[in-house]
Amino acid sequence: MTMPLYVPPEQIIKDRADFAKRGVARGRPAVVVSAAEGVLLAASNPSRALKKLSEIYDRLAFAAVGKWSEFEALRVAGIRYADLRGYSYDRIDVSARGLAGAYAQSIAAAFTGDPKPLEVEVAVAEVGASQAADAVFHVRFDGSVSDELPWAVLGGAGPSGRQALADGWRPGLTLAEAGQLARAALVSEGGGQDGFEAGLLRREVLGRAFARLEALP
Amino acid sequence: MSGLPASYFGPGNSFLEFVRQAAPETLAGVTGLNGQDVAGTSNSGGRPGLAQTASATTIVALAYKDGLVMAGDRRATVGNQIASRDIEKVYPADSWTAIGLAGVAGLSLQLVRLFQLELEHYEKIEGVALSLRGKANRLATMVRAQLDLAMKGLAVVPLLGGWDGTRPRIFAFDVTGGSYEEREYAAIGSGAVFAKGSLKKLHRPAATARTAIRAALTALNDAADDDAATGGVDRARDIYPVVARVDSRGYHRVPDGELARALFSRGGEPKGDRS
Repeated sequence: MTMPLYVPPEQIIKDRADFAKRGVARGRPAVVVSAAEGVLLAASNPSRALKKLSEIYDRLAFAAVGKWSEFEALRVAGIRYADLRGYSYDRIDVSARGLAGAYAQSIAAAFTGDPKPLEVEVAVAEVGASQAADAVFHVRFDGSVSDELPWAVLGGAGPSGRQALADGWRPGLTLAEAGQLARAALVSEGGGQDGFEAGLLRREVLGRAFARLEALP
Repeated sequence: MSGLPASYFGPGNSFLEFVRQAAPETLAGVTGLNGQDVAGTSNSGGRPGLAQTASATTIVALAYKDGLVMAGDRRATVGNQIASRDIEKVYPADSWTAIGLAGVAGLSLQLVRLFQLELEHYEKIEGVALSLRGKANRLATMVRAQLDLAMKGLAVVPLLGGWDGTRPRIFAFDVTGGSYEEREYAAIGSGAVFAKGSLKKLHRPAATARTAIRAALTALNDAADDDAATGGVDRARDIYPVVARVDSRGYHRVPDGELARALFSRGGEPKGDRS
């Protein structure tokens, strides 16, 4: 009788995390930045058809990096989650917090339970009545969530993008300034050579606030 | 470990199909597809549900030179009583499409909500809006799914009008989900016969928006004149029909002040054939 080879759980988690990190780092980065006019989403994306940013609901949007097929499934599930919740209750009852929690659970379950972890990082952004009410939830490949910052850098090769935003972001940032900051962060993470994708959750718009932008402001 | 259920990751771009799998209880009595006929279980004897449900009434739509006008009266009735004087039956289905409904009020409002969500859901998932014909076919399927309820007397019939990028188009429906494109004008509801008679005389394909609005309001007043379930312009309470315009700039509701001017600028109450 042969005994199965013992692998300590620390090693399993580390192997899975390394695998997911490598997968995420292969993709081009994306950023979410809260600004005075709304919440700006920007991604380095050469494709015009395969989007990394998306409308989710009235005041909610989605950004992702990693494997397109995997985050596309999460995006669609997020739209379904939001639409069903809004239909069952009311449109104002759909929040980024709820969706980020659901994403975190799903991604965490895949990280430990599935044959392979999801190679994605996603952000759920919500525009508030004022900038203080904006929310940016960043969900990583292992399901860990953070929401303490009014911006997020997804994917990328190193810490330089985060540094650019940590240094440059301040409350009341205009959309143009946020655009420059987003561009600097994306470029410093090795993105942006072959085109940007951008979208804005417009603060002053009632109803569906998300709009795609032709170019990064 | 919870998280998003497996049904959230299935294929498809229809909200209705998704809800049928993920949360069928929220559709009880609406689609007639899950055996739960909430609307039909009220204890009114005879035809179930009928005596206690509010129903709604006359909707007209007509094309003009560069758009279309859809108008609906504001009355809801329960039997021989007036249930509401200011119910709204014309809504934006999305920014390029107007939908109006005649029939049981509760089911109508539910159908509007579902249809609005259906269009928004498709647009968000696919990244582009459905074509106007696609919207009409989708609506036809949703109406057909309620045929069971219609046969019990709880019918809902919509009217759809939208801008297809180059011109306005109007689609009328019947309870079996039949969808019929109308070239010039259409009317649904209990007062539709009278409204159509009026529109036949008043409708001018080359008319301006203002003339079309006046024709729509006059048709509704004609319907209200002969059909007890249709309300006319209520000047005492300042209640006007809901009138929507759809043109190359999309859907917008015509403000009451503009309706008053279109109706009364030549003085006097509008009656029958004057325009």
